[in-house]
Amino acid sequence: MSGFSFLEFVQQIINGLTLGSIYALIAIGYTMVYGIIGMINFAHGEIYMIGAYVGLMAITGLSLFGVDSIAAILLVTLAISILVTGSYGWTVERLAYRPLRNSPRLVPLISAIGVSIFLQNYVQIGQGARDVSMQPVLTGGWRFGPADGFQVYLSYMQVLIAVVTVAFMAGLTLFISRSRLGRACRACSQDRTMANLLGIDTDRVIALTFVLGAALAAVAGVLVGMYYGLVNPFIGFIAGLKAFTAAVLGGIGSIPGAMLGGVVLGLAESFASAYLQTEYKDVVAFALLILVLLMRPTGLLGRPDVEKV
Amino acid sequence: MPRTLIDALLAAVLTAVLLIPIFGLRIQVDGVNVALDRTPTPVVIAVVAVFLLRLFKRPLQRLWASWKVPGSWRANSATAALRQTAQHPRARQALWLLLLAVAVIWPFTVSRGAVDVMTLALIYVMLGLGLNIVVGFAGLLVLGYAAFYAVGAYAYAYLAQQFGLSFWLCLPIAGGLAALTGFLLGLPVLRLRGDYLAIVTLGFGEITRLLLNNLNFLTGGPDGIGGIPRPSLFGLEFGRRAKDGGATFHEFFGLDYSGDHAVIFMYLLGLALVLATLFVIDRLLRMPLGRAWEALREDEIACRSLGLNPTVIKLSALTLSAAFAGFAGAFFAARQGHINPESFTFIESAMVLAIVVLGGMGSQLGVVLAAIAITVLPELAREFNEYRMLAFGLVMVLMMMWRPQGLIPASRPPLTLPERAEAAR
Repeated sequence: MSGFSFLEFVQQIINGLTLGSIYALIAIGYTMVYGIIGMINFAHGEIYMIGAYVGLMAITGLSLFGVDSIAAILLVTLAISILVTGSYGWTVERLAYRPLRNSPRLVPLISAIGVSIFLQNYVQIGQGARDVSMQPVLTGGWRFGPADGFQVYLSYMQVLIAVVTVAFMAGLTLFISRSRLGRACRACSQDRTMANLLGIDTDRVIALTFVLGAALAAVAGVLVGMYYGLVNPFIGFIAGLKAFTAAVLGGIGSIPGAMLGGVVLGLAESFASAYLQTEYKDVVAFALLILVLLMRPTGLLGRPDVEKV
Repeated sequence: MPRTLIDALLAAVLTAVLLIPIFGLRIQVDGVNVALDRTPTPVVIAVVAVFLLRLFKRPLQRLWASWKVPGSWRANSATAALRQTAQHPRARQALWLLLLAVAVIWPFTVSRGAVDVMTLALIYVMLGLGLNIVVGFAGLLVLGYAAFYAVGAYAYAYLAQQFGLSFWLCLPIAGGLAALTGFLLGLPVLRLRGDYLAIVTLGFGEITRLLLNNLNFLTGGPDGIGGIPRPSLFGLEFGRRAKDGGATFHEFFGLDYSGDHAVIFMYLLGLALVLATLFVIDRLLRMPLGRAWEALREDEIACRSLGLNPTVIKLSALTLSAAFAGFAGAFFAARQGHINPESFTFIESAMVLAIVVLGGMGSQLGVVLAAIAITVLPELAREFNEYRMLAFGLVMVLMMMWRPQGLIPASRPPLTLPERAEAAR
């Protein structure tokens, strides 16, 4: 590495945005649940991991049937994965969180940690603890830059990740801002008791946010599976932690905040692994979390939290 | 009836969707070929079971209710009398003394392996009691407890290896360093709301593990530090031969050399540390500081309006708790003789948390029993090792639902508002 090069910088931005899109997709699940019931859904990272597993299975299954069009593979895989993780999101909420709705804060949080440990080991028993790898579905990309020097590489997969992420974010934003259920979601996050009094079935809305969050985590899982081609039962833990960092960074409870936080975190990590040591990229991410909490606990776009008696 | 049928069918379909990708199909990687193995049996069994349970939910519930009535043996007069005696301070004292006597005599009568397992259990007792201060008494969730444990262990390992300091000198240093870490971490974070602390400590635990893995000059990287000296009894060593001019235990007392001495000594040392921990925490709880912890857990705003500084109180709880983890860490390093970052992962933190939750947050006796149960049970049932963490996760969820106060709830003379005042709130 000879000094600072503009092209390398561009490359890091591309890598960072790819990673950031993934974090942002997972972070939305944390932020939505937190916004409505004020709880950290610790098991969300595990839902993402299950999404990645289901994604790999669907891709493998489709290739056995001889489907080879990228669009068809992507759509079917996303649909299957969203169906399964959505069911997991709903079931976890119904069984492990809903009975604890009105307990002290620590109680659902511990339950969520229990769910996280449970799901991780449950997948490990079902699928084995080893890495599962597969051939990339989409290969190739574009190169820019001088033929003899450093070339910026933009793979088709990275473009696909960006496009899919933007599409789902746009869909979610439209859903939240325009649809009837989206309005109910916003009402619940402002004041759950009042929303209930006004005839909104808050339990259904809460279940819906879990399902939506899980669906976006599934999208992230499928994309990661296609990008790295590697899954194991433990990927959810670190990814969940990072995504939570992204959610806090952007201001927990705010959906645009989660998107922004994910991108910022992805960029920070990508630059850390390029200009520091790769081993320290996780340290940078968590140090960033602690710094944000110190400097600006409400995050980049969050509203200050008023404590009520 | 059709409504129940539809409900049961939906539940069965949901079960199928949940289970097929995890247990019904398995990705088989064979070189470049990837295949899907189909194992439908467990899924079919589960789906049928769920369907039948949902379909006959009503009759089953009725059956359950009718079965439960004669099972109310709790109101038995004998158990009530036992409870009464147990509440009596004299009886309690006698009970504790009896337990202590058993704990001291026990290791001389059983095998070396059993004593060794029990020593490990004592380490978890210490960790559980330490974590209980923050989680149980102060009501702050700390998810990176293993980090403080690691600081203690590495402090002893490093100081003993590099400077040849003795265990007894290192023990307070290890505790102090861990306490300092807790203090420095808590200083900025404790101003924030409770659940941020959980995440920050979780992140801190991960940072610590990564640093242990990568700061090779200090921690030996993934290989860790080996050849950590064992503690001595007033300068008497437990080896077969003493190093440069020292005396060994068996020579001094004129006994034959036996490896058991060292194992039993470690056990008794652990027991002494646990007793010291129990004593210190018990005293602390009676002090204004201890009462402030519990007051803070119950209501932070009320606490603040009574003139208590929440940050200082939380910080004291975290610092003390970290100190106990440091002691436990130093003892762990001394027992193992070899440490590496693998011993200080999130699983470790989660296990200690499970001990506290299972025993009952804020209940000392409960935590002691839970720690022993959680370390000894997996040793007895080794073939179920695979399912150990699965069971932990499940137990944590179920405990939160049915008995959030733990198996042996903390006992404090209860003072409740009269019913009418409660309703008026």
